[in-house]
Amino acid sequence: MASAIEFRHVSKIYYRHHTRRFFHRYLMERMRRVPREPFYALRDVSFELEEGGSLAVVGPNGAGKSTLLSLIAGLSFPDEGQVEVRGRVAGLLELGSGFHPDLTGRENLVVYASLLGLSRKELRDRFDEIVEFSGIGDFLDEPLRTYSAGMILRLAFSVAIHVDADIMLFDEILAVGDQAFQAACLDKIRELRRKGCTFVCVSHSSELLKRLCTRGIWLEGGQVVRDGPVAEVIEAYQLSLVAHAHSAGTGRG
Amino acid sequence: MPVFRYGFLLRNLIVRDFKIRYRNMSLGVFWSLLNPLVMMGVLTFIFTKVFPSPSIKNFGVFVLCGLVPYNFFAVAWVSGTTSLLNNAALVKRVRLPREAVPVSVVLANGIHFLIQIGLLLAFVLGAGYGVNPHWLWLPLIFGLEVVFVCGLSLASSAMDVFFRDVRYIVESTNTVLFWLVPIFYSFAIIPEQYKTVYQFNPVAAVVMACRLILLENRQPPFSILWKLTLVSTVALLIGLAVFRRSKRRFADYL
Repeated sequence: MASAIEFRHVSKIYYRHHTRRFFHRYLMERMRRVPREPFYALRDVSFELEEGGSLAVVGPNGAGKSTLLSLIAGLSFPDEGQVEVRGRVAGLLELGSGFHPDLTGRENLVVYASLLGLSRKELRDRFDEIVEFSGIGDFLDEPLRTYSAGMILRLAFSVAIHVDADIMLFDEILAVGDQAFQAACLDKIRELRRKGCTFVCVSHSSELLKRLCTRGIWLEGGQVVRDGPVAEVIEAYQLSLVAHAHSAGTGRG
Repeated sequence: MPVFRYGFLLRNLIVRDFKIRYRNMSLGVFWSLLNPLVMMGVLTFIFTKVFPSPSIKNFGVFVLCGLVPYNFFAVAWVSGTTSLLNNAALVKRVRLPREAVPVSVVLANGIHFLIQIGLLLAFVLGAGYGVNPHWLWLPLIFGLEVVFVCGLSLASSAMDVFFRDVRYIVESTNTVLFWLVPIFYSFAIIPEQYKTVYQFNPVAAVVMACRLILLENRQPPFSILWKLTLVSTVALLIGLAVFRRSKRRFADYL
């Protein structure tokens, strides 16, 4: 089967003094007076994910998980290596990005759907379905600031699964939904997978990942530590956490 | 991405920007009218009572012809410049045609511009100047100004991502321009050797054309029109080029 996502020796480099960047500094860098300190958010990452596959990405904070997703989404670009993505991507990389608290749920829904690439006609055809799946009900015409995190998730997720994406990305957001909504999401995701949709999920909830995904990648320090069936990878990752906590504990004692 | 889809997105972003600005305000869109009216009042007081300029008839309408195009330019350019930073979450986390962010902000200001143009025309008629066929030039002239601001904002918003100082450069430029655009003085009193320079300043050109049409019932000279078209088109092309060159790195700096 054709691969939906392919990373070939991908590295993403950030430079440390990005935050105090002034024009003279920029000029000096251009003239190579100041040596730049590279920081590898991802280093030499290679993997392939087939169409219809589902990949869980685990790892500690700062391991490069979100960087990986933003490369897949085409939001940023690799400094070394190649990223190839085939198909329309829809990502929920952060809860509520593109949403505005003063606008109503309905207004936000329309803006968000067009941000994810729905046309006017597509949105008109799917509007009722989106609202129904979200279960927002009477709150649809209330401003978004009155919504709970779970309700914002419902709205965003509901739009995202109705854009007919070939590849869907989730960054640590499904965990805010309640049990009922998580179950509905899982059903919907399984249904979309049967239609050939590819998923990549980042989460710290291993239960959720095991139910959603078949394959796992464990990232640490920007590098792939382990790549394989989801249960194995998560188990190995959790063992390392326990071992780490243990050594830290004995070290202190 | 098909054009109609881009259009739907742009339209939604414009409406969003417009709604956000005026939601939860009791006066709403009237702020759009109040600001130029207050400025008109102050400038009219200064230049009819404090420093009288007897050569100018109907000073209020005269000054409004300058204020409306200038206001749009200044406000739209600043908000266009900061648009990427203000929408950092969007630019960083959602894949959208990124040009749509500054362009939609400028066009949302264009709605206010339309309202203020309505106000201006009302004053023009109220002061006894009639409608004349040269009014048909107005959409072109104001349209070119919008194109010009879109071009400037594309470039300055992209640069603002990398150097946050750009915003202050833009604001200072606007302050300087308030004096260098003939808002409260007429083009006629500018010394001959500087007049050509003024014509290459699109905001000044818009103001001049606007006064010729509305107050003097005259066709704007083609020299102004072609210079305005040239500068606006070049600004748009440069803006798009600068934006295209740098947009791949936006997510790394926001």
